[in-house]
Amino acid sequence: MEHVLEVKNLHKSFKTGFIPQKKKVLQGITFQVSEGEIFGYLGPNGAGKTTTLKCILGIIYPEEGEIRLFGLPHTSLEAKKKIGFLPENPYFYEYLTASEFLRFYGQLFGLSPAQREKKISALLQLVGLTHASDIQLRKFSRGMLQRIGLAQALINEPSLVFLDEPLGGLDPLGRKEMRDIILRLREEGKTVFLCSHILQDIEMICDRVAIIVKGRIIDQGKLQDLVSEKILFYEAVISGLPASLVKDLGECMAAEGGRLLLKVEGEEKIKDLMKVVLEQGGNLHSLTPRTATLEDLFVDLVRQG
Amino acid sequence: MKIRAVALNTFREAIRDRILYLLIFFAAIGIIFSRFLALLTVGDRVKIIKDVGLASISLFGMLIAILIGTGLVYKEIDKKTIFTLMAKPIHRYQFLLGKYLGLLLTLLVIIILMSLIFLFLIFGHTLTIEWNLLVAILFIFLELCVLTAVAILFSCFTTPILSSLYSLAFYLIGHLSWGMETIIKKTKPGLGRTLLRILYIILPDLENFNFKTEVVHNLPIPGEIYLQSFLYGLFYSLFLLVLAMIIFQRRDFV
Repeated sequence: MEHVLEVKNLHKSFKTGFIPQKKKVLQGITFQVSEGEIFGYLGPNGAGKTTTLKCILGIIYPEEGEIRLFGLPHTSLEAKKKIGFLPENPYFYEYLTASEFLRFYGQLFGLSPAQREKKISALLQLVGLTHASDIQLRKFSRGMLQRIGLAQALINEPSLVFLDEPLGGLDPLGRKEMRDIILRLREEGKTVFLCSHILQDIEMICDRVAIIVKGRIIDQGKLQDLVSEKILFYEAVISGLPASLVKDLGECMAAEGGRLLLKVEGEEKIKDLMKVVLEQGGNLHSLTPRTATLEDLFVDLVRQG
Repeated sequence: MKIRAVALNTFREAIRDRILYLLIFFAAIGIIFSRFLALLTVGDRVKIIKDVGLASISLFGMLIAILIGTGLVYKEIDKKTIFTLMAKPIHRYQFLLGKYLGLLLTLLVIIILMSLIFLFLIFGHTLTIEWNLLVAILFIFLELCVLTAVAILFSCFTTPILSSLYSLAFYLIGHLSWGMETIIKKTKPGLGRTLLRILYIILPDLENFNFKTEVVHNLPIPGEIYLQSFLYGLFYSLFLLVLAMIIFQRRDFV
């Protein structure tokens, strides 16, 4: 599969403080994004996600390293014609109405008036803002701004869409709709670069992820390769037995209303537990295998990093 | 096409800014006030109306150029609207040029509006349309082209308050620098005089655009003076814009 984005050895630092001191924000970032995938760029707050994105989009200049979009230098207008970008917080021209706003961006891509108008009405419909087309953006709620932001990111039918925290500020329904739109983009053959610190978003929709901590990528790959499907332990809920009887079989994590929640490791111990429950006349209410989640991996890596 | 889109967007931004209407209101008051001032004057009342009217157009044009111009680029950076824009296929210089031309378009519309009020007022007195007054107004507009370029240059790297102060200082220096010619003449030849001459060349001379007295008093002006002033305004604006583009091209938008 062809790479639509290649980032090699990216370095960036900022000067901060009264007596300016260099703070390294990116320290040798390298990754590739393949055509047609949803790539999750994951990291805690302040890890360097948005800085990486700003470098890719030419908003700031990297000190070192190379960025190529569709095989072209990232600052070339040819490359920028094929990308869309939704920033983290929706910063837009508040004095424009929704349709004026989209018209302005359409003009920057050189769309003809007929193409523009057709596209504007389709996009407003896609993001559910047809009713608000003549309302100034200053009167928009945060969720509406996020939607109009997505619409402007898609005005040029981009092949690669950069979304910075796209689900932030949305209500549960809005989040679901945004996820559906992102998945639809993939179905249409577009590549999506998704920056987020919300793990559920990434886990639900991304094909591959890179995890950035303190300006370095500490792990990257396919989600299923990173998050092993191996069962770590079982959670068993039993009742009718005293805790002392099962204390050797598993760690008692909670006890409430005569029920015990046990953390049982290994299949042998499960067999033993079932035997005890049957012999002593207890009840087994549930037995849940727990596999590693992206959250487990993320927490481990951030702690190590 | 892209420069045009940014310029029209800037124009839209400016005409939806409340500060503009406040300034237009005071400008109109200033021009109309000249009529009342004339009543208190002994002598040629029309000259007073012309003098005060032209001064109002110049003063309020300057205020609009500085107050709106210094915020134009800064606001884009401060409100982070520049992030989405820089991800679009547009060169940074195209953006800056669009901003500049957008404000010039705003100023042009306002100057035309003020000129109409002004000419109408004069017409009420003389019953003739004094087209020669437009020469003075044209050069006021040229001065505003330079001032807008200054405001945008400062707006590229500092806050609107500081930019306004610097631009105002530029305006004052520009109208006082002609006095340096006398100082240079009175200085003994040597290093001091050379340095003063260099400083005089670098500093703006906005009096080059001041044809108010000549026009009001119908004094003859040779054509080459007009041409010289026009070229001065053109090249000074270009110089400032290129400087602004270099700064804007290099900076990070954090």
